[in-house]
Parts: sequence; structure tokens; C-alpha cells
Amino acid sequence: MKPTHNSFCHYKFPSGSPWSRGSPRPSVSASSPLRASQVVKPGAGPPERVDPAAGRGFRRTDGTRAGAPSLAMDPECALLLPGLCAVLADPGQPVADDTCLEKLLDWFQTVTETGSSLRLLQDNPCLVELLSHVLGTQDAPAGLLSFALRLAGIFGAQESGFQYLQGELLSGLFGDAGPLGQAAWTVPSVRSGWVQGLRSLAQHPSALHFLADHGVLDTVFSLQRDPSLFVASAASQLLAHVLALSMQGAAGSPPAPQDGAWPTCARRIVGHVEESLCSTAAPQVTQALNVLTSTLGRCHGHWTKALWAQLSPLVARLLEREPVPAAHSLVDLLLSVARSPVFSSADSGPWDMAARTLSRLGPLQAGPLALGLLKLQHCPQTLRTQAFGVLLQPLACVLKASAQAPEAAGLLDGAPGSSVPVDSLLSSKSACVGLLCQTLALLEELQPLPQRPSPWPQEALLGAAVTMLRLCGGGAAPASSLGGRLCRTLAGCVRVQRAALDFLGTLSQGAGPQESVTQVFAALLECLESPDSSPTVLKKAFQATLRWLPGPPQPPSCCALSPHTLLFLQELLPVLQKRLCSPCWEVRDSALEFLTQLSRCWAEQADFRRALLASEVPRLARQLLQDPESYVRASAVTAVGQLSGWGLQPASTSPQHPGAQQGLLGELLHILTTDSEGFPRRAVTQVLTEWLRAGHADVAQDTEQFVATVLQVVSRDLDWEVRAQGLELARVFLVQTLGQPGAGCPYAVGLPVASSPSALPAALHALGRVRLLDFALCALLDCDRPVAQKACDLLLSLRAELARRGGLQEAGGSPDPAAVEAALRGWRTGEQGQPLGELAPAAMLAVLDAMDLEGFRGRLAESSDRVERSPQSLLQDMLAAAGVRENQADCY
Amino acid sequence: MKLYCLSGHPTLPCNVLKFKSTTIMLDCGLDMTSTLNFLPLPLVQSPRLSNLPCWSLKDGNAFLDKTELIDLSTVDVILISNYHCMMALPYITEHTGFTGTVYATEPTVQIGRLLMEELVNFIERVPKAQSASLWKNKDIQRLLPSPLKDAVEVSTWRRCYTMQEVNSALSKIQLVGYSQKIELFGAVQVTPLSSGYALGSSNWIIQSHYEKVSYVSGSSLLTTHPQPMDQTSLKNSDVLVLTGLTQIPTANPDGMVGEFCSNLALTVRNGGNVLVPCYPSGVIYDLLECLYQYIDSAGLSSVPFYFISPVANSSLEFSQIFAEWLCHNKQSKVYLPEPPFPHAELIQTNKLKHYPSIHGDFSNDFRQPCVVFTGHPSLRFGDVVHFMELWGKSSLNTVIFTEPDFSYLEALAPYQPLAMKCIYCPIDTRLNFIQVSKLLKEVQPLHVVCPEQYTQPPPAQSHRMDLMIDCQPPAMSYRRAEVLALPFKRRYEKIEIMPELADSLVPMEIKPGISLATVSAVLHTKDNKHVLQPPPRPAQPTSGKKRKRVTEDVPDCKALKPLLSGSIPVEQFVQTLEKHGFSDIKVEDTAKGHIVLLQEAETLIQIEEDSTHIICDNDEMLRVRLRDLVLKFLQKF
Repeated sequence: MKPTHNSFCHYKFPSGSPWSRGSPRPSVSASSPLRASQVVKPGAGPPERVDPAAGRGFRRTDGTRAGAPSLAMDPECALLLPGLCAVLADPGQPVADDTCLEKLLDWFQTVTETGSSLRLLQDNPCLVELLSHVLGTQDAPAGLLSFALRLAGIFGAQESGFQYLQGELLSGLFGDAGPLGQAAWTVPSVRSGWVQGLRSLAQHPSALHFLADHGVLDTVFSLQRDPSLFVASAASQLLAHVLALSMQGAAGSPPAPQDGAWPTCARRIVGHVEESLCSTAAPQVTQALNVLTSTLGRCHGHWTKALWAQLSPLVARLLEREPVPAAHSLVDLLLSVARSPVFSSADSGPWDMAARTLSRLGPLQAGPLALGLLKLQHCPQTLRTQAFGVLLQPLACVLKASAQAPEAAGLLDGAPGSSVPVDSLLSSKSACVGLLCQTLALLEELQPLPQRPSPWPQEALLGAAVTMLRLCGGGAAPASSLGGRLCRTLAGCVRVQRAALDFLGTLSQGAGPQESVTQVFAALLECLESPDSSPTVLKKAFQATLRWLPGPPQPPSCCALSPHTLLFLQELLPVLQKRLCSPCWEVRDSALEFLTQLSRCWAEQADFRRALLASEVPRLARQLLQDPESYVRASAVTAVGQLSGWGLQPASTSPQHPGAQQGLLGELLHILTTDSEGFPRRAVTQVLTEWLRAGHADVAQDTEQFVATVLQVVSRDLDWEVRAQGLELARVFLVQTLGQPGAGCPYAVGLPVASSPSALPAALHALGRVRLLDFALCALLDCDRPVAQKACDLLLSLRAELARRGGLQEAGGSPDPAAVEAALRGWRTGEQGQPLGELAPAAMLAVLDAMDLEGFRGRLAESSDRVERSPQSLLQDMLAAAGVRENQADCY
Repeated sequence: MKLYCLSGHPTLPCNVLKFKSTTIMLDCGLDMTSTLNFLPLPLVQSPRLSNLPCWSLKDGNAFLDKTELIDLSTVDVILISNYHCMMALPYITEHTGFTGTVYATEPTVQIGRLLMEELVNFIERVPKAQSASLWKNKDIQRLLPSPLKDAVEVSTWRRCYTMQEVNSALSKIQLVGYSQKIELFGAVQVTPLSSGYALGSSNWIIQSHYEKVSYVSGSSLLTTHPQPMDQTSLKNSDVLVLTGLTQIPTANPDGMVGEFCSNLALTVRNGGNVLVPCYPSGVIYDLLECLYQYIDSAGLSSVPFYFISPVANSSLEFSQIFAEWLCHNKQSKVYLPEPPFPHAELIQTNKLKHYPSIHGDFSNDFRQPCVVFTGHPSLRFGDVVHFMELWGKSSLNTVIFTEPDFSYLEALAPYQPLAMKCIYCPIDTRLNFIQVSKLLKEVQPLHVVCPEQYTQPPPAQSHRMDLMIDCQPPAMSYRRAEVLALPFKRRYEKIEIMPELADSLVPMEIKPGISLATVSAVLHTKDNKHVLQPPPRPAQPTSGKKRKRVTEDVPDCKALKPLLSGSIPVEQFVQTLEKHGFSDIKVEDTAKGHIVLLQEAETLIQIEEDSTHIICDNDEMLRVRLRDLVLKFLQKF
């Protein structure tokens, strides 16, 4: 069977794909996506295609379908395995690239997870041979050695596999005699492979004995200080894992440390951690804390309490040092302990230590701990108060520094604790900015949580955010010297400005007194107005403004805007006007997005409509349809489309712009046809879909003509998102023409439809006139899967709807076989110049009926790289790379 | 070393530096803010202006900010840093007896000439029927309405100079190039350095062999059209005089340009006209470049841009020919070859048109809505007066102020009530305080001298502690009519040694790396240069009969006593004394050294760092013996 070139699709189907629904394969026609084989002449041939972007799909010459990747060891892979092992072991062959080895390991991991590794090893002796070979080779390449170590670990994870390998092999690989002493040990990947192999291995008591007997732990301890961060981190993880495993093994009564009841491995690791915690070197302390954090975070056995009881005095001693070492790791550990279900709120130990840590650490380090504690439901109230105080301290300092009158500050009034550390921090610019940004981010995270402290100091926080914005804008006039310093540090600081605006936006969820809200609006306006506001700050200011503006009135247009909001709006629109003319495209874009969202909220609000129409904003927005920047054009399309949908078009457009005479629809179609960038075209299709859905006046004039024009333009578009959106528009038209399909699901049993049965032929004629089927069938062969999927769904829903309505009979008359055949042939060959043409409703139905759309959808649902992801393909690739086996099927 | 401060205006400085034997004037800016006290000079008779009550349309524009602090005829040279800072030049060169030289770069002179020409033209084309000066009398001035009655030193206000004076003043200028070293009377060397602010703008280094004064005036670190600022050459200054920082430290030029473009587009799209009062050179080049990029994107390609100034054509053309004074990007364009500024293309495509005045061609081509760039930024004279009268009544129109020299509210005062929109977008690319603090950290001068305005936050924003110079040691500040003694003393002078004299020297190493030699020579000083020459040889005997000894003729060459150096190690000295038979020696430590007491001989030897005294009673023999022993420890040469 010769492939027929299909100009529509840039790929081909696998020749053996079961195209037809229900009919046996051998027939030529059966391999087409047609159901009624009789309408297709033998030899006409289906459009041969492979999976999208899947050249390797040709590899299968046996005719079987490349199904979902099989993860188990199948006979085909087993056949390839000896060859592969030989290639890997062959010093003359280059070792396959790292990613292949990684994939191979992943596969073996999956295979052993689903089956017995003993069986695997027995069935494939080449694997053990490979391991032995690597062990026996003095100067095995580092990549191969690392691979072998990890592979051995995977096989040894099951006790049976471990027993099978135990003996010389495992001790040779992981013991002193192995790579430890070799030159290859200097390569980080070998050390990493060694640790990871052990991590996989350590799953059962036998492995623990192995670790204890072969002196492996000492090496792991030393690897914690490895120059490679990956190795060091993996070593710490391994220790935590072994400790947990070892403790779990010692089931029964909680071990009492003093009587030496800890299992060997656990005893050694705990001893090592204790030693490290007493060390003066910060890295060692960090490692010990990390091991503890991982252990306590993961394991909730009854022994964790004993472990903590033994180690917490040492941790507490860290707090006495100046400065406190490894503060970040300490915070992680304390949070891990506090979160552990083993400790209840009645256990005062962890809480006391957290409280001491909060008071000992600087505000920058204590912040995350404070937030972590506040998130915990069972945290004692006093600690919560303390933690919240830590979070509020920097803002209280800002408020205090810039307060005109001392009583104005409302944060931490009368709370104990001094702001001395904060004061000192605020002296350096980077520290100050870092602290304020962190504080704002943490409070922002806390604000929406149900467990946030109550009462929430909304008003004071608003005041702090507004003050910070003023300080950044240089508008604040603090009286104190600290305020002066803050002013100098923060003036023009974009980072703090952005953080403060984000925070201010979050605070909009809580109400505030009118006075505060007025202040917020003033601060936002100041940001929006300032010529020095950077585009990112402006964007944030727009976002915050949207969040502060009241939502759409409920019910619409019954209540007027509050006088404050109206006043704000009147000041906002001139700013928006100016921003729409900004020379910086990011600003124009943000302003348009803001306009879109603003009008979405308030479009039905009479005061808003009046104010907007009185301003230049709608006209300026429309002018931006010609902007040189494509993002701006796209945003302008969305904004103007929406404004027009709400009847908020400019009263009169200036005649100098192209497309103005033909109205907005013409201008949008012009963009859809001619714009060289995808974004504006995507935006146009979305707007037009929305217009169709909402029955926009311009569309309602001649809907069929509108849909036909849009579909025709869209079908030629190079951007798949435009085509997909075109299908959405087609779907909307379909729904409007045929009525709502049964509950939106093609398979659901439909209720009796409101439209009269006699309307069906007329509706089908309408579909024919707009060439909807034509468009959808073309899209079915689209080279981009999402488009094809969407087209398939559309056709399925159409067919289901028609079937529900009684189908052919309703459509009137029986199909003309010649027309159907011609249509299908035309479709298969995908001749762009000769689309299906206007089909009679009956022919349309027949065409739909003849296609195996469900099967098609199933195939489309399969991931396009399913063939490449199969283990067999991987093995073949590796062999091919080594030149052992000719890979005949690579189409490239 | 003294600094006479003749101007209190920080961006229009006029200081005189007395350094070694030279008197150097640094800039002579002209503060024209006093024009704001006068009524605008309309090009066509304005009934509104002439009927304003309490305003008298009489005296001309007169302004000069000078005092009699110093006799200006003693000024040796004037160094000009940029064209805005030379506008008072004719007043000085033509009316003070000045006989020195003025140094400036070529673009500074050419564009300065354009600015002066424009100013003279603006004033002279509306001659006044009468002039009044009686009101300057203090008794009458007191009776005048505010703010005129509060104006200081009204008597120093002068009429505008004439073109003849301008030409004469400019003829005294000598052109210099960046990094060119100019000797002033052999005493000091002055060098202009690129300052990055305007075409040909310079900072100056004034240095002798051992002292260096840097004069920084009107500099910019932003990337605009001129050559970037040369910072490295300012390093190691003893004194750095810092003037001409940005006048609007809170306005970021980028933000302002954005604001300018937005407001311009907004007005034009509404069918209004935009008026930009500006100087004919400087920021206008950058504005035109921004607009060049912006107008197409803003859909303003069909809107005409008019540039009206008597020197518009020259200004636009001059800017294109000073390639070597431009930033690297623009310089490289010249080799393509392309005009460095894109306004050439605007002119070519008829988007930008320029006219000498509103009369003539302009009235035929004039089409609205449009954008007009014209002077003068004070709104008191020039074509801008006409447009203010013409467009002021409509709220569709906008006037956008970009020059920071004048308060826009005061400038607008005589036009009130005004319907047109007023936007203030001052664009000042000169250094702001953040840049200054970076510059000072980089350059590290020993002392900084600056106008007093820079040592405190601006009065309107007293809380902005960031808007002042912050350096260590704190900057010395000056105010108008103050004389500052600069805080360093000259300690060294360079003297040359003639080669033959140097040849005759026999240096002796007294410490590793340090050699000494005695020199006998004649010090010759001429043109502030000092040279050591070999002592004159005796006149060759005219006859062979009477020979005189050389030494007889040259009194300088008397037998020279050798110079001594080194120190006397007391212990070894005592040992030596003992070796030579002295006994009963006692050593006492004193604050300055030691006293060796020879009790038997009743003799004291006082050894100090720079002297040794032998005190003995009339025993010359003993003294000489002891002296010789002391000398053994010292080196002679």
C-alpha cells in the first residue's frame, strides 16, 4: 500500500492502524477511518499517517499496534538484553549516553517494583554477568561503574534479590574492596551511584546487617562532607533513611538509650549526629540537623519521641552559641518536630524550644519559623502570639518610624520585646529590603489561612503597606530620624514597592474602615500616576486596584457606586488614559488588561458606563488595535471586543484609522486575516466566539455569513490555537443552530428538544452553508493533536445530536452515494483547493456515519511519544547507537 | 588657594579659583529667572497683555548675577564647561576690562553662539519704545508689588547684550579638545574632560605638579547623545568642586520622557495641539529621537512637528556634524554613513519642519493639530509667547514643560486664566544624588566643595535625606559672594635639574633604596618653572699671565663641609669610648635620646635624633677626640 500524500496533514498514520470500527483488518478499506467499506473503492487508500511527530512509529514492521508502553519485562526486551549487556561491558564500545542509562535504570526500577527481582536475575543471567564484569574490571569507566552500583541496589532492594547477589558481588561493589579504593572514586558520579545504590538496597533487615558488617556507615559519614553537594545531600538522606529503617526494625517497646537497646545502625548514626551537633563547624551542624529533620519529618513511630528526648538537649545547646549556627536548618528541624503528630500540644518541650529560638534568631531567620508555627492548629496560644509578634515587628518598626503622632501606630502596641534588632537591620539597605519583602510575603501567605491570628490587625497592616508605598515613592514625610533613614533606604526601591502592592492586594479580602480604604486608594493612585513607576510596579498596582475595587453589584445596576468609589474612578480614568499612551508597551498592555477586567466587573453599572463613555479610554483602546507590539494588539482586541459586547464602544471613531469605516467587526476580521503574529489572531477568535455566544449586534445581523467568513479565515491560519478556537466558535454555532445537545454530553440520553423536528433540515442546511463540516473534517486531520481532538469531539457531538433527533429520516431523503464518496475522497486527499463543497444534509450524515470517530478519538488520546517511551525502543536505541543492530525503521 | 563664589545658583555657577599665581574663572552662567518678573514680549500686539492692571510693559530683560567680590579684569582665563554656562560671557569679556583667554570646546562655542543669537534675536525683534530704570531705586522698588519688591540686587540687573558684543566675546575663545593639556603660564595645566551632559560639555582638571583640582559641572552618566563622562581622570583629586547636579532630583528622566510622550499622544489624539517651550539645543535632540521611535507606534505619523527658532536650522545641522563629540553608537553611524541623529529622517519625510519664526513660510504650512517646539522656556519672549496666546484658551491644547530652569507656575502667571492643560515633565539628565555618591566613591577626592544647596535636602522635601551629598569628610559648602579658603596647603614644588648638573652628582646610598648627593647649583626661575643649573664656570682667563683660582671667583664654591647622616648606637659608642681609655661612663636616657656622661672628664655627650652636642670645659683636644669618635659612626658625603 502506497502512502498517499496528504497536503493537510504533515504526518502520516501508521499503515497498520485499525481504522475502522467493527470490521476485520485485512480489507484495504478497513484500514481507513471509514466504517462503510462499501463506499470506498479498493486502492483509494486511506491517508496514511504516523503518529504526530513520531518518525519512529515506522519501526514496527510486524503490524502490531504500538500500544501503551509495556513496563514489564517482555520477551522482546529479554531478547535484546544480552546484547545490550555485552555492549555495556565492552570497553571498545562507547558507553551509551547518561540519559539512556538513567532511563534504563528507571525501567529496571519499575520492573522490579512489579515483579520479583530474583526471577529477573535468574531469567537474565546476563545482568549478573554484567555486574560481575564491572566488578572484575579494574578501570571500569566511571559512568558504567555508577550505573552498575545503582543497578545492583535496585536488584538488591528485594530480599530475594539481595540474597541472590549477596556474596562477593554486593560486598565487592559496596564494601572496602569495591570502587572505594579505586581511582574512579574521585569521580562524583561514582560516589553518587554508590550512595544511591545503597539507598535502593536499604529496604530490609538483611541490608541493615550488610551495612553494619561492611563498615559502610563510616564512608557515608565522610560523604556528608563531600565537595559535591549532590553526594553530600544524598548521603544525609541515606543516613536518615537507614536510621528510620533501623528504628522501625526494632519494634516493640521504645528503646531506652541508656541500656544500649538501640539497634546497631541506629546507635552508630545517632552517635554520629550527637557528635556533629557538638561540633563547632557550622557545616557539620547543618548536616546533623538535616538528617534529623528528614528522619523526624518522615517517621512517626513511637521511638521518635525517644530520639528527640535524647537529642533535644544538644539542639538546645546550639541556641546558646553566638551567633546561632545553621539557623535555617534549625528552623526546618523545629518545624518538622512541631508538625510531627507524635508530639501533641501537651508536650511542652518542642514548643519551649521554638519559643526560645524565636527570641534568639534575627528577624530575617525567625520569620519563616514564625509563619510555620502560626500555620499549626495545635500551637499553644502564647507561642502564637510571640510568633505573630516576630512577623509584625518589621512593619511595626516602619509604622513607628514614620508616624507623625506616636499613638498612630497600631501594631504591637504594648507588646513585650524590643525592636532593637529590627532597628539595626534597617540600617543596611539590602538587609532592610530583604527583611521587608520577606515579612510582606509571609504575612501575605498567612492572611487567607483560617488559622491566622485573631484579631487580625487589618487597619494597622493597611497603614503599614500604605506607608511603605509612600516611603518608596518618596512621598512620606517621617518626623523621626529612623524614618529619615528608612526614607533614604526605600526611596525608589522597586522590590519593596512590588511586595507592598501584592500585600495590599491580599489585604483587600478583609474590610477596613472607610478612612483606611481612602488611604489605600490614594496610595494606589499615587503609584499609578507616578512617572517613575516601573512597568512591573504598575502592573502590580493595577492588580491591587482591581482587588480593592468592589465586585460587581448584586443584583446588577440596582445600586449605584459608593461616592468614594465613584470619586476614585473619576481620578482613575485619566490615569488609565495616559497609561494607554505610554511609550512602554508593557505599560500599555497592563493598562488594557486592567481595562478588560474592570469592565468585566462593572460593565452593567450605570455610573461606570457613564464615566467610561465620557472619557477617552474606549477610543484610545480601539486605537491600540494598530499597536506595533503584538501583545498590546492582542490585549486591545480583548478589551475592545469586550467593551463592544457591553455596548461601551466609543461614540465616534476617528476616520483616519484603517478599518474604522467598516466597523469594529471589519477591523477585527482584518487583524485575523493579516496580522503576522499569533497572539492578536487568537484574541480575535476568542472575541468573535464570545460575540457569537452573546449574540452581539454585529454578528446577529447575518450570523451565517459571519460564521462562514470566520471559519474560512481560521482554517488557513498557521497557529493551532487559532484553529482550535475556530472549532470552539463552530461548536457555539452548532449549539445555537441545533439547540443544546443532550446535557452537553454526546452520550447522554437527551430530553425532548424544544425546537421542532422540522427545523432539523433547515439547521443542517445552515451548517452546510457555513461549511462547518468542511472545516471540522479538515481540522480532524490537523497536524496538531489538540485541534484534531477538538474537531473529533465536535463531530462526535454533532453525530450524537443528529442520531438523537432521528438522523437521516429527519434530514430528509437518503444520501446520494456519489456525493458522499466524493466528499470522503476529497477529505482523504485533503485537497485544499477543493473542499467538500456544500453537502446535502443527508450526505453530511452519511459521511459522519461512515467514520470511526470513536476509534479516532482513542488514537488521538494516546500520547504521541508512546512508541519512544517503550523500553524496547530504548534498548533498540542503545544498541543502535553502539552499531550492533541495524535499526531499519528510523524514518529520518 | 582660594575660591571666590560669584553665583549662588548651583546649576549656573560662576566661581573664580586662585591657584598658584593664576586666576581662573570657572564658568559664567547667567541666571535668567529674574525675567519672570517681567511681562512677556509679544510678537504681535496683545490687547490682553497690555491691558493687564498693575503690570507695566516697560523695561527690558536684564539680569546678571555678579558681585564686586573680585576685580574681574584680573581674571587670567575662563574655563567653560557647557553652553548653558557661558551665557554671561559678553558681560564679562566686554564690560570688565577682561584681557585673558576663554577656553571651551568647539560644540560648546557653536551651540553657545546659537543660544546667544536666539536670545538677542528674541529681544531685539520686539524693540521697546522706552526703557525705565528709575524703579530700581530702592525707595521706589519698595513700593512695587510682590515679588518685585522683594527681588534682591535689582541694581545689578542688566539689559541684554547685543550681537556685536556676542561676537566680540566669542572671538576671545580658544578652542580645545577633550584631554588636551593647556599650560597656563607654566604654573598650572588645565584639561577638559568629557562630562556626558551635552555636546562638547566638559569637566576640567586644573593641576600643578603636586596638586590637582577637579571642577565637575553639569555631568551625566545616562546614555544620551553626547560622549560618555570620563570619570577615571578625576581620580586622586585634592579638591573636587561639584556643581551642576540635576535640578529635579526626584524626577527620573526616563519616566519623564515616558510622561512627555504619553501626554503628547493623548493631546494630539484628542485633536489638541502640543506646545513644548524649549532651548534650541540639548534635550530637544533626545526628545526628537524618542518621538521618532514613538510616533509610528502611537499612530501619530501624520501629525506635523514644528521646530521654530531663529537658529533651528543651524542647531539641527550642527548636531549632525559634531560626530567626534557624540556617544559611541552615534559616532559609528557616521561611518555607515548615516546621520547620527534620526531627526534627519524626520525632516526628510516632512514629519519635522523647522522655521526661523512664525512669520513667513510657517504661516503657510501651519496645520493643526500639531506639536510645536519653540523658545524661550521662560515664556517671557520668543515665539512661544504667541502660541501661549493662541492656544491658551482651549482645553484641548497642552503645554508640556521639559526644561527645568524655570518654575512653570511662575512662567504661566501672566497667561492666567488658562484653559489649556499644563504638564510639567522636567527632563534633567545631570547627575542625581545617588549617582554623585557612586561617583565620589569611585573618584575619592580628598575634599569636596559644592554649593550649599547640595548639603541639605531641598526645602520643599526636607525629609528626603537622600537628596543631598553624603560624603566623608563632609563637603565644604559655599554660597553666593563667599570666599572659600580651600583646605589644603601646597607643600612641594617641582624643580628640574639640568642634565650636566645631574651628571656631576655622586649619590651615596645611605639606606637600601635611598641615595643622597649634595648639589651646588644656581636656581633659575622663569615662567613659573624652576631649573637647577650648574654653577657658572669662571670666566676663562683672558690672558695667560694672571691666573686666578677658580674658587676665588665663585663664592658658592667655598670648601664645603661634608654632610653627615646615620645614627649613633649608644652601646657601641660606649664600648668605643672605653676602648679609647675613657672610664666611668654613665648613660642616661632622655626623652629625645641619650646623654653619655664621662664623669671623670666632666664631659657630657648629648645624643639626640638630629643633633649631637659635646659639652666639655675648654678642652678642645678632648672635644676633637670625642668628635672624631662620634664621626666614626656617621656617614659623610
